[in-house]
Amino acid sequence: MSRLEILKTYKIYIGGQFPRTESGRYYPLKDKNGKLLANVCLSSRKDFRNAVVAARGAFGGWSGRAAFNRSQILYRIAEMLESRKAQFIAELQQQGSTAKAAEEEVNQSIDRLVYYAGWCDKYIQLYSTVNPVASSHFNFSVPEPTGVVAIIAPEDSALLGLVSVVAPCISGGNTCVVLASESKPLCSVSFAEVLNSSDVTGGVVNILTGTSKELHSHFSSHMDVNAIVYCRDNKDEIKKIQQNASLNVKRAFIYHKNWNSAEVENPYMILDLQEIKTTWHPIENIGAAKSSY
Amino acid sequence: MTKKENPKLQFNTSWEYAPAPESTDHIRLKEKYDLFIDGKFVKPAKGKYFATINPATEQVLAMVAEADTSDVDKAVKAARKAYENVWKKMPPRERGKYIYRIARMIQERAREFAVIETMDGGKPIRESRDVDVPLAANHFFYYAGWADKLEYAFPNRNPQPIGVAGQIIPWNFPLLMAAWKIAPALAAGNTVVLKPAETTPLTALKLAEIIQESGLPDGVVNIITGAGATGAAIVNHPGVDKIAFTGSTAVGKIIINAVAGTNKKTTMELGGKAANIIFEDAPIDQAVEGVINGIFFNQGHVCCAGSRLFIQENIADKVIQKLKDRLETLIIGDPLDKNTDIGAINSKEQLATINKYIKIGINEGAEIYQSSCNLPKKGFWCKPTLFINVAQSSRIVQEEIFGPVLTIQTFRTIEEVIEKANNIPYGLSAGVWTDKGSKIFNLTTKLRAGVVWANTYNKFDPVSPFGGYKESGYGREGGIHGLMPYLNL
Repeated sequence: MSRLEILKTYKIYIGGQFPRTESGRYYPLKDKNGKLLANVCLSSRKDFRNAVVAARGAFGGWSGRAAFNRSQILYRIAEMLESRKAQFIAELQQQGSTAKAAEEEVNQSIDRLVYYAGWCDKYIQLYSTVNPVASSHFNFSVPEPTGVVAIIAPEDSALLGLVSVVAPCISGGNTCVVLASESKPLCSVSFAEVLNSSDVTGGVVNILTGTSKELHSHFSSHMDVNAIVYCRDNKDEIKKIQQNASLNVKRAFIYHKNWNSAEVENPYMILDLQEIKTTWHPIENIGAAKSSY
Repeated sequence: MTKKENPKLQFNTSWEYAPAPESTDHIRLKEKYDLFIDGKFVKPAKGKYFATINPATEQVLAMVAEADTSDVDKAVKAARKAYENVWKKMPPRERGKYIYRIARMIQERAREFAVIETMDGGKPIRESRDVDVPLAANHFFYYAGWADKLEYAFPNRNPQPIGVAGQIIPWNFPLLMAAWKIAPALAAGNTVVLKPAETTPLTALKLAEIIQESGLPDGVVNIITGAGATGAAIVNHPGVDKIAFTGSTAVGKIIINAVAGTNKKTTMELGGKAANIIFEDAPIDQAVEGVINGIFFNQGHVCCAGSRLFIQENIADKVIQKLKDRLETLIIGDPLDKNTDIGAINSKEQLATINKYIKIGINEGAEIYQSSCNLPKKGFWCKPTLFINVAQSSRIVQEEIFGPVLTIQTFRTIEEVIEKANNIPYGLSAGVWTDKGSKIFNLTTKLRAGVVWANTYNKFDPVSPFGGYKESGYGREGGIHGLMPYLNL
C-alpha cells in the first residue's frame, strides 16, 4: 500500500502564532480540476483586530531595532525562502502557475527580499537632511516609520506581490497586517512559516486569509492603524478605503503596479510609509570668537 | 516680619509702558476687493461681498468678494490653461526667476504687509513684522532656487508637476501660509487656485497685487476669497489635481472624505496638541520663556502650539509659580503696539470656542489661573490662561483649543511622560527642555510628532520641513521634503 500523504492545514498568522480564524469559518480552495487543495481560513474582523493588537505591540521593538539588524533579518527571510524554494514552486503550480512562471516568481521574490534587506540601513541616509536654518539652531530631519500598516496584497501576484509590499513596509521599521490573495492564498501562509523561522519577531508581519470584500472596510476604518496599502482594482473598495482613511487621517496608498518589474524596486516605496521628523536645537553663539582655522 | 514664600512681582506700579503704536498712515486699502483670476481682478459672478474686520476694534477694513462655484470654475480653468500653455512649458530657470521676483517684492513691501496682517488678524505687530512677513518672503526665495534643480532632489526619478493645485489656508498665519502653499507649488511647475480664510483675506489679496505686478503669467496663481462653501467648491472641482489644506483636523477629514474615489492627491496640515516637557535638569528660566512663547505666540492660534505642559514633579511648584509671575508681565492689547505680547483673538467665533473650552475646563474640575490684566472694551480678547490639576482624559487636554490656554500636568519618569505625550490623536509637534543631550535624543525618537523643538520652541524656517504624524496630517511643507507633495515622482 502506498503511503498516505499528510495534508497541511493552512492557518493564519497572528503575533507569531498560527491560529485558526476565531470565526471558525473557511472557504474551500480548489485547483483547476476541481480538486480540493485546502480549506482556507475565512478571517473575520475580530481576527483583524487581534492582528492589529499584535502589530502594535511589535512596533516599538521592531522600529527600535538597529537598522543593520533589520537588514540582517530581511536577508534571513530570503535565505529561508531560498531553502524552501521547491515548496513554493509546487504551491504556485497548484494555484495555476506554470512550472517556469512559478520558479521565476519565487526567484524574484527571494531577490526582492535581498534588495530591500540592503535598503534597511541606507534609505535613512538618502532621505535625511541637515537643514541650514537662518537662526542659530542645529536642525535635522529624519524619516521614521509610520506605524502599523494594513495591507491588502495583490490578488494575482500571490507570492511576489505580497513580498513586494511587505518588504518595503518592514524594512522601514513598520509592522503590518496583510490580507493574502483570496484565490491564491497557499504560498502566503507558507510565507508566514518562512517569516516565523527568520528571526522576524512575532507580530511584525501578520497574515490573514479571506476576502477583501468583507475586510477592506475594517482594514481602513481601524483607529489604531496608521496607513493602508491597497493593491487591487475594485473601484468601490478603493473609494470606501479612501473615505474610511479620513476617520483617523490614515495614509492611504493605492498601488497599481507591475509586480514582476523592476519599477517596484526602489526606496520611494519605503518612503511612502515613513514620516519625516524634524528636530531643532539651539547652537550657542560664541560672540567674539571668529575662528578661521 | 513674616517671610513671604513666593513674593509676587509687582508690575502694576511704575512698570507701565508708554504706547508705541505702529503707524497705519501709509496703508492703502481699497474699499472693495475682487477675485484675482487669470491675472485680473474680477467681480464675483453673484456680486456678493462680505466684510473683513479688525478683530481688535471690530471696525470694517474692507469688503471682499465671495466666490461661488462659477467663480471657482473660472479660476480652475484659468489655472489649467496657464498650466498647459505656459507654466509647465516654461524653462524651470525662468520659472524660478518669477518666484525670486515675488520674494523680493514682498521684502520691499514688508512693512505694509506686516501692518495689514496685524490689522486683519489681530496678531501683535512684533510677530507679523519679525516672523510672518520675513518668513513668507524667505519661503518664496528658498523655493525659487529649487525650480531648476528638482532632478537633484530625487535621484533616479523624473520629477514632474501634478497640474492644478487647489490650496486652502487658515487665518492664523495668512500671508505665511499662502507662501508655504504657493512657493513650492510654483517651483515644482504647478499652477494654483488659493483661497485664504474668510476672516483674514487681505494680505493674500495684497499678494495678488504683487503677483500681478511681478508679471507672473496670467492664471498661474489665482486667489479667490470666500468661506467654507468656496473651499468646498475648490475641493470638489473635477479640474483640480491636488488639494493642499491647512486647517482643523475636522475639516481635513471632510476634505479627505470628499476626494475619496477621485485621483486627486492631498496634503493635510491639520491640528495639534503639542506636549512641552520640562525635566528637572532643564534651564528653568529659559524653559519658562519657551513655554510662554510656545502657548501664547499668536494668541495660541498655532497648530503646533505647546498647549500641554508636562513638568517633572519635583520642580512643578517652582515652574508653575514662575509661569504665573510671567503671565502677569505679558502685555495684552493693541496689536499694532510694538510692546504688545498678546493681541486680539482672530474672530468672535474663535473667542466663543475658546471660552467654551475654558468653561469645560472649569467644569471638569481643573484649577484655573488667569492674568489679572485688563482687556480692551472693543474687540475680541482672551486673558492668558493656565489650567492646573488637569487629567490626561480632560477634554481641555485632549482637544485642540487654538487659543491662549495652557494645561499643566506633572510626571515622575521619562516613560510616563512619553506615554502621556503620545497618548493623543494628534502628532504635530513637541517640546523638550533638559540639559542632557542623551535625554533629548531619546525623547526625539520616541515622541510621535513631526517637529520636535529641544530647548527652544515655535521656530520656523523655509529649509525646515513642517508637518504632522497621525491625525495632524500628512505631507511636509518646507525644505526638500516640501517639494514632494507637488511632484509626481
